Amino acid sequence: MQKTTPHPSEPGDAPSRTRLPSRRITAVGALALSALALTALPAGAQTGGTVNLVAYSTPKPAYSVLATDFAKTKAGAGVTVSPSFGPSGTQATSVVNGLPADLVNFSLEPDMAKVVKAGLVSSSWDKGSTKGMVTDSIVSFVVRPGNPKHITTWADLVKSGVQVITPNVFSSGSAKWNIMAAYGAEIQQGKTPAQAQQYLSKLLHNAVAQPSSASAALQTFLSGQGDVLLDYEDDALYAKSKGEPVDIITPPQTILIQNPIAVTKTASPAAKAFLAYLLSPAGQTVWGQQGYRPVLPSVAAKFKFPQPKTLFTIDHLGGWTSVNTKFFDPQTGIVAKVEQSLGVSTASG
Amino acid sequence: MTDVGATVGDLGLPGAPPAPAGSRPEQRRWHRRPPTGPHPALAAAGRMAARIGGPALAVTYLSLLVLLPLAALATNAFSGGWGAFWRAITQPEAVAALELTLGISAAVAAVNSVAGLAIAWVLVRDDFRGKTLVSAVIDLPFALPTIVAGLTLLALYGPNSPFHVDLAGTRLGIGVALAFVTLPFCVRSVQPVLAELDAETEEAASSLGASRRQVMGRVILPSLLPAVLAGAGLAFARAVGEYGSIVLISGNIPFKTEVASSWIFSLSQSDALPAASAVSVVLVTIALFVLIVIGWARRRFNVPETV
Repeated sequence: MQKTTPHPSEPGDAPSRTRLPSRRITAVGALALSALALTALPAGAQTGGTVNLVAYSTPKPAYSVLATDFAKTKAGAGVTVSPSFGPSGTQATSVVNGLPADLVNFSLEPDMAKVVKAGLVSSSWDKGSTKGMVTDSIVSFVVRPGNPKHITTWADLVKSGVQVITPNVFSSGSAKWNIMAAYGAEIQQGKTPAQAQQYLSKLLHNAVAQPSSASAALQTFLSGQGDVLLDYEDDALYAKSKGEPVDIITPPQTILIQNPIAVTKTASPAAKAFLAYLLSPAGQTVWGQQGYRPVLPSVAAKFKFPQPKTLFTIDHLGGWTSVNTKFFDPQTGIVAKVEQSLGVSTASG
Repeated sequence: MTDVGATVGDLGLPGAPPAPAGSRPEQRRWHRRPPTGPHPALAAAGRMAARIGGPALAVTYLSLLVLLPLAALATNAFSGGWGAFWRAITQPEAVAALELTLGISAAVAAVNSVAGLAIAWVLVRDDFRGKTLVSAVIDLPFALPTIVAGLTLLALYGPNSPFHVDLAGTRLGIGVALAFVTLPFCVRSVQPVLAELDAETEEAASSLGASRRQVMGRVILPSLLPAVLAGAGLAFARAVGEYGSIVLISGNIPFKTEVASSWIFSLSQSDALPAASAVSVVLVTIALFVLIVIGWARRRFNVPETV
């Protein structure tokens, strides 16, 4: 900044004025104004009417209905739900890395465990009446209208010429449910673990695409690839309700998909109220209408979801903690070994 | 206005510096402050600051945006030790994905270099209706979100293709997607150089009896080679990192159509961040090596201007 000295004025000059450095004033003024503006920004926690929801990608349409209905209730009057949707694993990592969250809803338990481990959610999140789950679903087969290839059982998936689409297990939670449904179905039919693993190998051999996420897999299937897509039942029902040309087949044996939900330790009262609503009969009814199986038995009875002959949970297979490492470790897991043995035989191709 | 020779002190006004006693007007000129302009020492300091400040600013910006993240990547990659790093990069999926990515990217860069040169030629040397539109359209792959490009390519060249061309799940499909997103680099790097080419050299060559093919091969193409190589380098670098546009059409089958970026993404989603960083480091290092070689080749083949 140029240092200006006042000119000694000549006799007869107008009274001298010191020239103010106007650029500096403007800069300081702008800084002050912006500081003022920042403090004036509405802070959600202060108003008590915002819920920062971080969820996996599938329930996005469901939440827009749920949020609107919640706002009509007494507890939800004036509450704004500010949602973020994305792949379950990515969302969990984002929350751990600082994404603001009051209510978190993931597609499978290991993602919730990540957030609990980071100390953001209380470790007693699963001690409630619904064991921390908000919705159920099952793994279904999504086929072309009319089911031209007559795919009705897990054995049909591994027939030669059948093209299967299932997401990549290392990037998609939905894929993990699919694989455990397949593996568990074999065990339920009396096969040994070795035979069940053989089945997985045949299934993945028939996989003509392994997209990175459930939504990418649905896109791939709808683009014309594959004869059957393994997907959440609720995702398939939503696609069908949107008029997509699909048919949904319930396999005779399948896994019960359980989606965990919890409030964070710093959750606003509005978030706790929203969670209570989601678990209430009113909220569960809306979930049911959106294609999710309600966790409240009284509400579930009102809906006519197809009942598979054998429905098992991840606990039958050892629980997610052990399954995640045993099956899905990218370097030592069973699926990695299966892919490698498939790859070695086809690597030259 | 005071006279030359007189000083402010002569005026005897309050606040003015007093003239040193016994000094003559000519000798007292150094008391006079220049009416405008910075102090000479300040001006010299300013010039030095600009000389250092320019490069300092550039280095700071480069560090924040490029070097620091790369350093963080390398730190993450070795956070489990050399053993874990080696295991991550020698895992069969990683090797297959890296081979696939580098191979296809190199092929696409080569093909697009030729195509880009041809398109740039047409845009510079030819005139046709709609030329401005064509020229603008070439940059569209830059503006298109990559996932939208991927969806579009899947619709055009997938099972429901209106041209009955099904490239879904094939390596050729990956190549087509990569060619789509890297074409602008190959065209735009050659176009300005071609436009600036001195026609006199070509005319001189043909007036000396060179055939059209000789003019092309001996005069024009050598001048364009550095630009073509620059475009190829950019295309290669973009292709090795591309994810959104190829992830749908490729089918993402491990060992067949899973590219490095997809495998790295899978690792990062499976809480194997050090392994993801390790494979990334290998990818970045190889890409860097290729770019250095291309840079050397450009300098080697740089045709100096002759008159």
